Order: sequence, then structure tokens, then C-alpha cells
Amino acid sequence: PPPQLEAEMEEYGAGDLLSEAMCAGARVVVVEDCVEAPAAFVLHLLLKRALAAGGGGGGGAALLALAQPFSHYDRVLRKMGCNLSMHRKSERLHFFDLQGFPGGTQGGAIADSLAQLYSAVQRVVETCRAGENAGRFTVMIDDVSLLEVAANGSADDVLDFLHYCVTLTSEMNCSLVVLIHEDIYSSEDGVGLLAHLRYIADLVIKAAPLSTGLATDVHGQLSVVNKGMLIEQRPAKGQKVWSFHFKVKENGADFFYPGSRH
Amino acid sequence: GLVVVAFDRSPEVYLDIMLRHGLDSNALSRCVRILDCYSDPLGWKQNIRSEQHQEDSGTPCSTNKDTITIFRSVKDVDKLSCSIIDLGRGFEGEGKTYFSVAVDSISSMLRHASVQSISGLLSNLRSHDQISSIFWLMHSDLHETKFSRAFECLSTMVACVEPEVVDSVYGEERRGDMSFLEHNYSKAKFHVRLKRRNGRVKHLYEELCVEGYDVKFISATSVSIEVNQSLLPKVQFNLELSEKERSDRANVVLPFEHQGKGEPIRIYDGRRSLPEAHQDPNLTTAALLDETEALKSANPKGEIHYLRDSDDERPDSDEDPDDDLDI
Repeated sequence: PPPQLEAEMEEYGAGDLLSEAMCAGARVVVVEDCVEAPAAFVLHLLLKRALAAGGGGGGGAALLALAQPFSHYDRVLRKMGCNLSMHRKSERLHFFDLQGFPGGTQGGAIADSLAQLYSAVQRVVETCRAGENAGRFTVMIDDVSLLEVAANGSADDVLDFLHYCVTLTSEMNCSLVVLIHEDIYSSEDGVGLLAHLRYIADLVIKAAPLSTGLATDVHGQLSVVNKGMLIEQRPAKGQKVWSFHFKVKENGADFFYPGSRH
Repeated sequence: GLVVVAFDRSPEVYLDIMLRHGLDSNALSRCVRILDCYSDPLGWKQNIRSEQHQEDSGTPCSTNKDTITIFRSVKDVDKLSCSIIDLGRGFEGEGKTYFSVAVDSISSMLRHASVQSISGLLSNLRSHDQISSIFWLMHSDLHETKFSRAFECLSTMVACVEPEVVDSVYGEERRGDMSFLEHNYSKAKFHVRLKRRNGRVKHLYEELCVEGYDVKFISATSVSIEVNQSLLPKVQFNLELSEKERSDRANVVLPFEHQGKGEPIRIYDGRRSLPEAHQDPNLTTAALLDETEALKSANPKGEIHYLRDSDDERPDSDEDPDDDLDI
């Protein structure tokens, strides 16, 4: 890979299968999981990498958290060697506590609340870009299924909001990472958020349980589909689909091909 | 000219694609207009700017001011229709200028407006005298079948990209087995359904292959044969022909093809199936011309000499000879 890409890959923790599959240029990342194989650990890992991006430019991140309070992420990331409190203070990390979203005081349509949320996110991204941090900014949503619930089931409003977040990726050198629970959506209920997100995504990371059942050393399998829409997203070997196993640890996660663990 | 109604990707992506495919920037600025429904479809960004008392920066990219026009009210289908037509009318040219409209994508449009209003928009554009063609993209799995069908009915040609390898449900039942996806991301089946003016439908099948930025089409005649055979209903008697039956049929001489006088049957293109043609080394175009000459000089007796073009054209086929007419 070209030197600049290699440097970026190192910042993002190159050397593991996940970063190899993702490449540095992926803009819209959709992480799918289910009850048997939760993928919050992927978000934690990507958040850590987004904040760790060094090289002078520095990265930044905005975490839109509906699933957990700040203390949870702080505790988890601390075990992974990343101090969220410090990043929050230094405004590297912008934490949006959305557990009460949209909130009773808002009134009006959910679309307005989402528009206001988007406005806040855009402001944060613009501020970061204007500052010394010219590096890649990451907007992370944990998670879209809860956002849909907060929007009273209005997938269209959520999709509108997500579309605007996607425009940030093309206009402001920004990545969007969203988590969605794949097992909530069944095809009998008609087309839902999941199908739309799969089209929007440049990269899909899907966590699934092992077909053989539970195991102590392997927690599940991860499939990464890199659609490679833009040339800088193309993996060197032209491969588009990766499939490997993972094990979640206190300080991160291990990724390995089946059978290569002793 | 071409008007691109862009919902799903930023305008620069389309310009980039066209540049990559050899269109130079002069041609682009002359012949391409993009209606940008991607950057601010609902006007949220404009609202933010006015709240912050900022000046409207207009189009996001200043170098493409004329080529890209931003559109902020995608729920207003009438306004959208007018904007498309206005952009198209802006193409310069001598005499009457025609333009085409490309919509990426109808699926995104359907999130903001009803099926009726969008089919109304398409009908409206279709009947506009300056619009030569309209083409749009639709993700069929994002809509109920009836809506996909409704848009197919509106069109004269439907091109479907279908996966080569079909798994039950996106790997749901065989969790983790994504190997088929690798194949499906670079190859696909391409099926075109063409509706003729006389109502007949023509099918074309090809294989599509994506390599980097290039898309290659490989005609798959073998595929079409399989499909044709599978169209026969599954019944308990045999509806197909064996090889011997096929060759026997080819050997049948039809009533209007001979005069019953024992004259040898002349076929324009020497056919292998007829023993005479096979044994007759003299059956050439020259020989045929001689015969035609002889016919002209003979006394007009009101005979019909039928010369068949080729083996493939089965008599009484439902090919309408008027198909070639472009009325």
C-alpha cells in the first residue's frame, strides 16, 4: 500500500484482520449484530482507534450514545488503554448523551428534534475541522435501532437524519460508524431500516455466532464486506469480503482465521 | 444534454465517473447538469445557516457552479419536476435541443413522496417534447413488489441486475458463510426486458463483470437457452423435441415452398440439412442469379417462388415484419 495509507493504517492499529479488511478510507461503516453475538466491542475498538489517530493531525470523534451512559464507555475504554474523560475534556471527544432523546420538553415533530441533533453534530465537526485537528473525524451512533425507537418507529425520519450524517462524510473528511441490531428486523414486517442501511454502507461489519455453538476461545465470527466505492477504499488485493473469528477480551479483541488459534 | 437528478451520491461522484470514462471537462460543462438532491434535500443546512445568520454559500463547490444546482425541497414533486425541466431547457444548441434525464435513485425519491406523485412526475417528463429518454435506478428489495412493478409498467425497458449466487437470506441461515458474497460483488446476471411498440416483449440475457471502475458485459447465450427450456410447463408428457425430431422438422418441405413439379428446391443460403444442397457443389449465388434471370425471361405465368432466408426463420413465426418500422 502507498506510504500514506500505510502510515494511516498504523495509526489505526494495523496488523489485525479488522483493520486490514477495513482499510483507512471507509466512510460509512455499518456494524450489524445480534443477541447471540453483540458487536459493541467493534464500536469500542473503532472509537479507540479514532481517538488514537496521531501523526500531528489528530483525530476526533462524536459519540451519539443512546445505549449507555458516559460512565460505561469510560470504564470499558479505560481497560483498553484509552482515557475517554481526558479526551472529552480536551474536546477530542464530543459525547452526546441521548438516553433521553428526544425528551419531553422538545415538543413538535421528531423530524425537528433530529434536525436539531444534526445541527449540533455538524457544528461539532466544523469546529474540529477549523481547529488544528485536520485529521479524520468519526461520528459514531450507538445505536440506530434505539434511535428508531426514540423516533417512535419512524424509519424515514431516522433515514433522513442518517442521510445528512452521510453528507458530512463526503463534505468534511469524516467517517460515520453506526451500530444496528440485525435480529430485530424480520422480512415479514416489510422493508426496514436494515435494508436501507445496507445500501448506504461502504463497509458492513457483521457479527454472528458460530454455527457450531458456544465456545470459550471463540466468541463469534465477523464478516466484513468492503464495497470499495471510492478508489482510496479499495483494498490492495482487490478482495471485498473477509470472514474471520473473534474473541473479546478486557483490553480489546483478537481476530483470527478459523483454526489458527492454538 | 443529460440532467442527473442526484439523491444518493454527491454530485462530484457523478462528474468524477464521467471524467474517468473519457468525457472531458468542456464536454461536461456543456452537456451535463446535476440537480443536487443529495447535499441538502430537506433544507436542514439552509435552516442552520439562517439560524446562525450566515450567508447562503450557494452550491457547495464553486468550480462547478453552472453544472450543479442544489435542490432543497425533495418532498415537493411539482417543484422537482419544474427544476429538472428548467435545467434541461438551459442546454445550448442550434435548433431544438433534446436532453435525457437520469434519476439516482427512485428508491430515495420514494422516501419523500408517494408512488402516485412520482409516477406522475415520470409521466410528465416522458411527455415533454424535449426529453428524449429517462432512466432511473430502483432497488427492488427496498419496496413492495407492487410498487416495483408499477414503475416497470411505466418503462419501455427494464434492466435487472440479479445475483449469480443466491443464498437464502443474506447469510442468515448459514451464518458466517459469506463466500458467495465475494462472487456476487464482482459478477451478476444482467437481464433486459424490452417492450416493443406492438406490445411484444423481448428478453436479453448477459453476464455482468465488475473490475475496478470498469463494467464488462458478456453475452450469455447459454444462459438464454436454459431459461427458454425452463419456460416450458412441467407436465407429464414431453413437450420438447429430440434431436432426431428436430432434424426431421428441418427436413420437412412446406407446401408453399415447392410447386409440386419435381423442380429442385432452391434455398438462398445453401442448407446442410437438404441432401440436394449437400450434394450440389454448384449451389452458389451465381447459380441463383441465373435462375432469377431465367424467371424474368419466361412467360409470366403467375408463379410464386419462395426463397427462404435461413434455417432459423421458422415459418409462421410471430416476428412481425413491421417491427423494424420506427413510426
